[in-house]
Amino acid sequence: MKKTFSDLHLHANPKKPEDARQLIAKAAKLGYSLIAVPTSPETSQGDMAWLREVCGEVGVDFVSRLDLHPRSQGELLRLLRKFRRRFELVCVVCESKEIARQAAKDRRVDLLNFPSLDWRKRFFDRAEAELASGGLAGLEIDMGLVLVLEGRARVRLLSSLQREIAVAREFHVPVALSSGVEELLLLRMPREVAALAGLFGLDEAEAVDSVSRVPVALVQRNRLKLRSGFVAPGIHVVREGDDC
Amino acid sequence: MRRVKRRYLLVRFEIEHVPDEREFLDAVWAAVGKLYGEFGASLAGLALISYDAAEKTAIIRVALKALRMVRAALASITCIAGEKAAVHVMTVSGTLKSLHKRETRVF
Repeated sequence: MKKTFSDLHLHANPKKPEDARQLIAKAAKLGYSLIAVPTSPETSQGDMAWLREVCGEVGVDFVSRLDLHPRSQGELLRLLRKFRRRFELVCVVCESKEIARQAAKDRRVDLLNFPSLDWRKRFFDRAEAELASGGLAGLEIDMGLVLVLEGRARVRLLSSLQREIAVAREFHVPVALSSGVEELLLLRMPREVAALAGLFGLDEAEAVDSVSRVPVALVQRNRLKLRSGFVAPGIHVVREGDDC
Repeated sequence: MRRVKRRYLLVRFEIEHVPDEREFLDAVWAAVGKLYGEFGASLAGLALISYDAAEKTAIIRVALKALRMVRAALASITCIAGEKAAVHVMTVSGTLKSLHKRETRVF
């Protein structure tokens, strides 16, 4: 069966429509059939509709994704309460340990993203992984950084990623590989992303899963939950009425 | 001595001004060297079989054992001859004959 490849972190900016259109078309051409564009709580419904339309034009499935950059645990909880049911995917950009821990244990969070290049500020350690495995959150790795960085900075990043992958494997935390790029020439084919993942210790099958099965399962799970008849995993309302 | 198994890669590069064969090959060697060092590059068995500047494609031969390594190195190329670029592996095959057959399907 043909695999569905996904890029859950494509920086297509709806404020630059031509660039965004090109980027989405390019992703489709490279073999992605599921795309998520990070948006903020301030992104308008019009922009979301436009992105959905552009994805539809090139024949890719659009996933609504919200990126949260909370400054405190309280703010994270408030934002999740307010926006969780409006988006198919919620990613928390973890810029402090406090946020990272809260995001990992919250079952409303789908992806944890650690943007810092400084290993001291990448909080995906054993404690974080244990919390994430108890919740439902996966670890998102942006391949754009691996491409852009050079020399010592890339060596340090790869070293951090190797450690994080080993921890994720130990605690069965799903890993999703995304592009995280906004430039056309930094987009890579899914199999190339999988090959690059070998640099931080994912074997070939795991890496291919990380650009296909893992993110697709994440999106399917959430779409099921967002349906009106959803009660609990495996239970949904089939029919309502007096004769039931 | 056991026969070395090889694979042929049809690659397509995206760049505004097409580089010459030498510049392209230099970029590939540099990428392999940067990611895996001279020892890694020595295992790759890299060779440029053909280069088509008009189509922006090339055929590269690699050792099967180093296929994933070379794929990663090609994906890591972000510039060729000082100009922003990307290199994509369009198809992989065990023989040149089947690579050419697939080539017609890819393009």
